[in-house]
Amino acid sequence: MERHVKLSRFPRAGSVVAVGALALTLAACGSDPEADTGSGGSTDSGETSSLSGELSGGGASSQEAAMEAWRAGFQTANPDATVNYDPVGSGGGRTGFGDGSYAFAGSDAALEDDEMAAAEAQCGEGGVIEFPGYVSPVAVAFNLPGIDTLNMKPDVIAGIFTGEITAWDDEAIAADNPDADLPSTDITVVHRSDESGTTENFQEYLAAAAPDAWTYDVSGVWPVKGFESAQGTSGVVSAVEAGEGSITYADASQVGQLGTVAVGVGDEFVPYSAEAAAEVVAQSPRTEGTADSVYSIDLKRDLPGTYPIVLVSYSLACGTYADESTAELVKGFMTYLVSEEGQQAAADTAGSAPLSADIREAVLPSIEAISAG
Amino acid sequence: MFRWIAVGAGVLILAVLAAVALFLLQQAWPALTAGSDELAAAVPRFPEGTSFLGFVGPLVFGTLLAAALALGLATPVAMGIALFISHYAPRRLAQVLGYLVDLLAAVPSVIYGLWGISVLGPAALPLWEWLNRYLGWFPLFAGDVSSASRAMATVAVVLAVMILPIITAVSREVFLQTPKLHEEAALALGATRWEVVRTAVLPFGRSGVISAAMLGLGRALGETMAVLMILSPGFLYSFKILAGAQQQTIAAYIAADFPEASGLAVNMLIATGLVLFVITLAVNMLARGIVARRKDFSGAN
Repeated sequence: MERHVKLSRFPRAGSVVAVGALALTLAACGSDPEADTGSGGSTDSGETSSLSGELSGGGASSQEAAMEAWRAGFQTANPDATVNYDPVGSGGGRTGFGDGSYAFAGSDAALEDDEMAAAEAQCGEGGVIEFPGYVSPVAVAFNLPGIDTLNMKPDVIAGIFTGEITAWDDEAIAADNPDADLPSTDITVVHRSDESGTTENFQEYLAAAAPDAWTYDVSGVWPVKGFESAQGTSGVVSAVEAGEGSITYADASQVGQLGTVAVGVGDEFVPYSAEAAAEVVAQSPRTEGTADSVYSIDLKRDLPGTYPIVLVSYSLACGTYADESTAELVKGFMTYLVSEEGQQAAADTAGSAPLSADIREAVLPSIEAISAG
Repeated sequence: MFRWIAVGAGVLILAVLAAVALFLLQQAWPALTAGSDELAAAVPRFPEGTSFLGFVGPLVFGTLLAAALALGLATPVAMGIALFISHYAPRRLAQVLGYLVDLLAAVPSVIYGLWGISVLGPAALPLWEWLNRYLGWFPLFAGDVSSASRAMATVAVVLAVMILPIITAVSREVFLQTPKLHEEAALALGATRWEVVRTAVLPFGRSGVISAAMLGLGRALGETMAVLMILSPGFLYSFKILAGAQQQTIAAYIAADFPEASGLAVNMLIATGLVLFVITLAVNMLARGIVARRKDFSGAN
């Protein structure tokens, strides 16, 4: 008994200490960017301080990380301005924007007709400004030693994620990957255990690109029972890293060293890249019959050369605001958000795909026209 | 003056408990009274055609299974540590060891979760595979082993480590209170160290150990973060503790789904919380009952 107790005590204490030290290191890494922004703010403060006041917005939690970057960048340039973003979810953001409690909002879906009517009534004569400010690619990532990329058609991806295809050397996978040395390992599908926008978006893609193979209703909760799952993006990624032969879908910026799927689009296979993801948004046709200031798109999943699994999240603002300072603040913030600099900041922080120049030029005039009415 | 402060403090704790119960009941009410169609429409995971109890049942099962496994693993080890500290170890070592065990209780559960997925899970995987291969006929070890060790077995080990300190600390205190006369009498009759423990210490400390185990059970039932991080959840009545996607605990379910929930779905989560509250209350009352029944022998006298 004596020996047992001693043996089990010290290794455990050791590993706890190791994890604690790791946590400290991570915390130290995490605080660096903040320190940078802080020093940047103090040097810039003498040059630009045109805008001041407080701005409140809210909505999709998918935009939260990007919003941090935009907020930091905007407040660095305008030290007297404060921007708040409440990540209540897309639905809450659209409701809050419609009833005027948020000056701007983020939403993973474009406004529906009745929501647009409410928002237009709230915004007044300037109308509603809507554009895809945040585009986040989703990667299909797997863990197979020695294999960095695999070609898969949408039907094959759907087959794996419904449990129809169960082994890595299945003919359906091998047919598109003649050069790959596929093992006979079982496929372990890992999905998000929490309710998530990534899950919903991935299912939307499957439902659109492989309607015959994917027959489940699209929702934020994974519908197929019996698979492995983990909490959050980091959870699924670490589960796949730990389990050979596993596959998951995750925010493209978070998949690290895992192999990724080159997704079948038409007759070709497109590996994930930020450019290819931005391209699908740029090439998808603009929704017709909307006001000039509304740039919503009909996302097409089969445009050649584009990466089709993307989350498109919209930014919402009004064309007119009741008071001058709010109007100026929204104008300044939105201008920064669509600017090359702002989009790059989001790409660095949140791994989003920067907005194309065409869309930027299409929405900038409406943003510049924001005024007090 | 002091009397009123003391009474006030006593009343306050009752008021807090009542307020929590009231909050849970009030917020859970819409979900408890809603029809199953309404719930299925509002709650993402709610399968159509089940009642509230049918949905919560597997969650209750998973919660109890996790807690029971953890308790089964932790209690014998904790008793061993407590006996070692109270009756075997040299005084100085006993003090250091007691201090270390208390320190274990101060580690936050999120750290245990990290340790579970990054250290324990991979390390235990060969053991789980071995159990599955050779003892797979036993219901607990059946099924396919979770490839990343995200199964109830790993959760149970982590929970056992988490509840170890509280069971050890309480048991140690009880064992230390064994009347010296009993022990000396046993020694005088020629008993060995082990016989002293068996005949004098353990019977005296039994109710104390039971209440210690119940305190540990309370913590295991409500543990959220570690389960959330480690377990690959499923909503089944399943005893397969090595396979993924089998069970889920109430606390982890609430934590996983609350961030994106709205409307009736929130009421539903709170209603499952109410169920957990009732279970924990029942466990604690049961423990009190056992301790009270054996009052004559308990360490308190």
